[in-house]
Amino acid sequence: MNDTLNTKRKTDVNVGKTLYTLRAENISHSFSEHQVLDKVSFQVKKGEVFGLLGPSGAGKTTLIKILTGQLSQDNGTAELLGRDTRKLSAKERKQIGAMMDNLGLYDRLSIYNNLSFYADILHVSRHRINDILKEIGLYEDRNKAVAKLSKGMKNRLSLARAFMNDTKILFLDEPTAGLDPVTTREIHHTLCQQKKQGCTIFLTTHNMYEAQSLCDQVALLGEGRIIEIGNPTEICQKYNHLNKLRITLNDGKNVVLENNSSSALAVKEYLEKDIITSIHSTEPTLETVFIELTGKGLNEDE
Amino acid sequence: MNNIKAIFIKQIKDTLKNKTIFIQFIMFPIFTLIMSNSIKIEEMPENFFVNLFATMYIGMAPLTSMAAIISEEKEKNTLRVLMMSNVKPQEYLLGIGIYVWFICIMGAVVICAVGKYSIQERLVFISIMAIGILISLLIGAAIGTCSTTQMMATSITLPVMMVFAFLPMLSLFNETIAKIAKFSYSQQVSLMLAQISNLDIGMETVCIMAVNIVLSAILFTAAYKKCGYAM
Repeated sequence: MNDTLNTKRKTDVNVGKTLYTLRAENISHSFSEHQVLDKVSFQVKKGEVFGLLGPSGAGKTTLIKILTGQLSQDNGTAELLGRDTRKLSAKERKQIGAMMDNLGLYDRLSIYNNLSFYADILHVSRHRINDILKEIGLYEDRNKAVAKLSKGMKNRLSLARAFMNDTKILFLDEPTAGLDPVTTREIHHTLCQQKKQGCTIFLTTHNMYEAQSLCDQVALLGEGRIIEIGNPTEICQKYNHLNKLRITLNDGKNVVLENNSSSALAVKEYLEKDIITSIHSTEPTLETVFIELTGKGLNEDE
Repeated sequence: MNNIKAIFIKQIKDTLKNKTIFIQFIMFPIFTLIMSNSIKIEEMPENFFVNLFATMYIGMAPLTSMAAIISEEKEKNTLRVLMMSNVKPQEYLLGIGIYVWFICIMGAVVICAVGKYSIQERLVFISIMAIGILISLLIGAAIGTCSTTQMMATSITLPVMMVFAFLPMLSLFNETIAKIAKFSYSQQVSLMLAQISNLDIGMETVCIMAVNIVLSAILFTAAYKKCGYAM
């Protein structure tokens, strides 16, 4: 199935010429007196998964709207596929897939009819709909009205609509918010498939696990400003002030050791005695980094 | 053209499932059928119920359905997704407008079939209805465009619809109302339908209908410029 999709996704020549698929430079935006975004800058390379982490109200959705050309920023530059997002041509716009917080599905129509409508709009062959439905696991339910679907199924359908059109870049606004772990894993699997096919993914989330497992690069957004940006593992290591190993022994005792060569002998000894239950580093999570930098959690509202 | 066709087909698929709109489309044709066949009063003008319900149909069905469809799309964000998918606002409006106009014409055909008319009169009947439906469509589109939710659209549509749908009927009972009502397109449609067998469209009627078309087009343009379908 994926092979079929792979062959249908054309080689991205235009994007290949552009160094970055997505580029934001000093983007600022206000609603009335409230500054939502303040000099936000970042770049996303082709095929990269970029995660924007921040609590509700941090400006994530506003930034997606600017990057997709739905909203004009007050200041700064937003470029998508090398073009100002305010001047995207019809052809360029067709290369964007978006799954916004409000899914925008037709409740009374069936799953199949929702996709076939967009297939007609986006000039996608209807033959592809069944392939896509099988890939996202909704083929058996294709005749069900969207109103009767669970939240997870609706999210998957919205995601399918977003990438059905040879999409070069996917914008996902909290794609797994409020979903159970199984559905979340299925959506992550679909996103990984899209990434493998060369699709660039920009997602917002306040799920640190999602960010750490999916993203090549994350930006922590707090009160409209990017407070940290980089590879999730590198960010966590950067803020690993303790840099220790915590070893839990079989008797329940915890041993804390320095995370360097000086602890090698001690670890070897525990391993030889076979008394280790688990070994963890004291590396912080993205959430703890966020809390350290802002004093607020990712799941807290501003 | 492709997008207009896709939107039209999508709406057709939605027709039977969207009961709120569907009732608007069938209510008056059914009323006409029932009332014309069940109530016979001496000295009642010929085709009385046909004319009465045809005018009400024009004042209600296109106006409410157009406003409801557009406001629902705005409320549920489907319009935003459509605009992001490269559908131009004019394509969207044409797709929805042609659909509502087409379904309303179907209703008008049913209402017309109940009346006792010659073939030529039936053609004139449908033509008059088509113009009336078009004006209502523009007003409905203006309301839908300015409404962010269906509730908001209903609140605005209701008084507007009452005015246009009931003015011709109220004019039968009050001369002052009749004098004012003659400037509305629904009253002109009612007057034209009432004398369809002996139709003589005067300059006054042409001017009033033309002014109504222009005003509703201006109203829609103003609504679109103010609220638009910006993503």
